[in-house]
Amino acid sequence: MASIETIEQVKERIEEVDPAEAQEELKNGGVALIDTREPNEYMEAHLADAELIRPVDVVDRIEEVVPDHAQRVILYCASGNRSARAADELRELGYENAASVRGGIKAWEAGGLSVVMPEGMSAEQRMRYSRHTLLPEVGVEGQLKMLNAKVLLIGAGGLGAPAALYLAAAGIGTMGLVDDDEVDESNLQRQVIHNTERVGQPKTESARKTIAALNPDVEVVEHRTRLDASNVIDIIKDYDVIVDGADNFPTRYLLNDASVRLRKPVVSASILAFDGQISTFVPYEGPCYRCLYPTPPPAELAPSCGAAGVLGVMAGVMGLLQANEVIKLVIGIGEPLIGRLLLYGSLDTRFTELKVRRDPDCPICGPNAPEIPESEMGKFPDYELFCAG
Amino acid sequence: MPTIKVPPVLRPQTDGEAEVSVVGGTVGDALRALADRYPSTQDQLFSPEGDLNRYVNVYLNDEDVRVLDGLDTSAGESDTVVILPAMAGGQAERSTPARSANHRSD
Repeated sequence: MASIETIEQVKERIEEVDPAEAQEELKNGGVALIDTREPNEYMEAHLADAELIRPVDVVDRIEEVVPDHAQRVILYCASGNRSARAADELRELGYENAASVRGGIKAWEAGGLSVVMPEGMSAEQRMRYSRHTLLPEVGVEGQLKMLNAKVLLIGAGGLGAPAALYLAAAGIGTMGLVDDDEVDESNLQRQVIHNTERVGQPKTESARKTIAALNPDVEVVEHRTRLDASNVIDIIKDYDVIVDGADNFPTRYLLNDASVRLRKPVVSASILAFDGQISTFVPYEGPCYRCLYPTPPPAELAPSCGAAGVLGVMAGVMGLLQANEVIKLVIGIGEPLIGRLLLYGSLDTRFTELKVRRDPDCPICGPNAPEIPESEMGKFPDYELFCAG
Repeated sequence: MPTIKVPPVLRPQTDGEAEVSVVGGTVGDALRALADRYPSTQDQLFSPEGDLNRYVNVYLNDEDVRVLDGLDTSAGESDTVVILPAMAGGQAERSTPARSANHRSD
């Protein structure tokens, strides 16, 4: 077969059948149905009982799949070209009874005939997340993991806003938002999940509205409260991953304590002025927040954004890095920032990476840390006092 | 001469310098040289006894000096000493443990 031959020329040599004809034949039985696409296409949707043989493998594998050269073979692909070439190859191998579906699976679906789709993804979802499922590292399997994931965001503000936006876009099925604050005009320079119409509204409600318009697949659970010792265990226990966008040290230490107790991974970031930091804490696999910062700094070494200011885009950069970490943890791909602290300086656009080790003396996750009995699970030290020095 | 990377929050004390080259054989020497040159950094980096403050993390290149030899870790010409205090952005630190009823987060 000359490689410069047109597909039309190939099709002249082989038999083509319309989807409806093919379906009739399949109903009557005795047909070997072959899908000649790539695995990711097959996974998105395929015809019932079709066996996948990639175009490059057709010649090598057909004998094993259809040993009987006289058997009726129907081949299909996306739009009918690859299957035509495959039918032609089969003809050359002595398969006299092979046909290609005209128009492929596209024509099949357009004709209202049914296809097999992976459980849990509707046709709309397949379209919505197609740019994800095209990625071999994600695929339908990874997308389904995201749709089934539960992610909690501490703070629907600077970091929580961009993180929540992109996690919602990605299809994280359940998102909890912990924030008791209301939208303020000074937030809008960076908390892009809110807008001018929402000034005065609770942040969790504003975020929920934005997310609903962006992606109806996402269920938002509003926790209109501040995290404290009395509620932290109850709030975090049902989630898979936590995004720490807290605006104060006591909350970060409390969250660390609770997340280590319940073995919840935390993606933690902070921003100020032109700089940001991010790390991922997976209890007992890597260090915890306390391993990194055993003691909080005094006030003059830790000014707030309200006092010192912050470049709006910093919230976006770091919040999105957090979202990226969450996605990697949920799908189980790539290398999360476990044991690594990533610093970003936006003035000189430089990333610096520092190693973080588990502290052998860590009072929270170290080998000598006290075992917390079930009855004490909800009791925590006073981190306000701890941070007040 | 190792280079010290000064975190943004300390730069007001180092005349705005983000990187300072100092003479030093060890990390401790380098930091003390920094404090000599910029005396207002002394209290932020060191306790009255001359130990590194616990809330300041110091790295030799990318490794926390606490897993190396602490302030006695050698610091050579091509090394970078990174000073890193914790950051939590957001709200102003409260100086008393009592929680105010009206939180405004930033």
